[in-house]
Amino acid sequence: MDLSTEALVLSLRQHGEHGAIARALTAERGVLTGYVRGGRSRRLRPVLIPGNHVLGRWRARTDEQLPALTLELLHSRAPMLGEPLAAGAIEWATALTAAALPEGQPYPRLHAALAGVLDAIEAAPSARGWAGALARYELLLLSELGYGLQLDRCAVTDRANDLAYVSPRSGRAVSAAGAGEYKERLFPLPPFLREGGPAGWDDALAALRITGHFLLRDIAVDRTADLFAARERLVDRLERAAG
Amino acid sequence: MASPEIDHLTQALARLPGLGPRSARRAVLHLLKKRETALQPLIRALEAVEARLTLCSTCGNADTSDPCTICADPRRDSRMLCVVEEVADLWALDRARLFPGRYHVLGGRLSALDGVRPEDLDIDRLVGRIAGGGVDEVVLAMNATLEGQTTAHYLADRLERYPVRLTQLAYGLPVGGELDFMDEGTLAQAMRARRPVA
Repeated sequence: MDLSTEALVLSLRQHGEHGAIARALTAERGVLTGYVRGGRSRRLRPVLIPGNHVLGRWRARTDEQLPALTLELLHSRAPMLGEPLAAGAIEWATALTAAALPEGQPYPRLHAALAGVLDAIEAAPSARGWAGALARYELLLLSELGYGLQLDRCAVTDRANDLAYVSPRSGRAVSAAGAGEYKERLFPLPPFLREGGPAGWDDALAALRITGHFLLRDIAVDRTADLFAARERLVDRLERAAG
Repeated sequence: MASPEIDHLTQALARLPGLGPRSARRAVLHLLKKRETALQPLIRALEAVEARLTLCSTCGNADTSDPCTICADPRRDSRMLCVVEEVADLWALDRARLFPGRYHVLGGRLSALDGVRPEDLDIDRLVGRIAGGGVDEVVLAMNATLEGQTTAHYLADRLERYPVRLTQLAYGLPVGGELDFMDEGTLAQAMRARRPVA
């Protein structure tokens, strides 16, 4: 392997005294791991902050070998670490991606979406500007991993209009007419999840409740379940910000 | 060719941070050569620490007494509390002797990937110390990493209800650092924390 490409840093683990093992998301090859010589040095630690946009070069003699990774910083998201909501969102989005995606399989849409979410977090002065984007990223991740929600037609009436709920069991949309007496047991479907566009606080939080339910049910297995404490802290903080 | 006992000693030393097999062998040879001035004092020091090593029940520092020497020192300003991730951070800060107050060691930092939750850290005892009164300022001296900062934000949330001044270590240019070699994240932090020239 000799791959040189742009990537988003997802996670970092200490390896030995000076080195580190980094995972990063590339557009072409998905999540790639590499050994960063001197990864704990004063020079490289600021480069290896999760969320950073880097130019990485992975080199290994065989595909079975852990590649050596050298990195050059293209864009740092370290200035965001001082913002509680932004830091929490970057931590959650990168940790979820690192834990949920298998290695070496390309997910170009997820790469583009994660870059977009991180850019939105950086650009928006308030979490209101990116909370909806984060929910859409989670929805896309579920879809890319084969657990996508079907939000285009009603599971009961098969009609494409008046969709107002999501079933927590099937992950399918349900229209207001089709929900009937079961609507209390369904998640309200915020329109922006189907139609796009900006999301207000209520819609973004409603979307995060939906994606949180399905992430916990379908993605959070074994050690991945431990991730969700970070998400709970983030959502709790978002709810307080929303007032 | 060394005896099994000496080999065993070499292997034990080689597992220590900063030492590899070669440097461990050199250390062993030095200890063997300087039996009275190096080996025996080392054995006595290790035995003394091993016999009395404990974690301070107040701050979590590793010491040979409980409360630790820092908590028991009457010259320390008990109104100032510095919160650190690990004992190594406490020792690094105290080595500089810049902080006159007391410390609290969390025993790690929140980590999504490692599954470290607030209940895994020594946060309740920290809150108890502050709720007990007598603390005016809490310095959150977390590492400038994503996990360190999310831990600091979490602590700030937990402590905001108490009448204490919450402060954080400054971030920016390291002493001796040259702008040309700084990453943009460090530069941004330094620019954000700029101050008037006295």
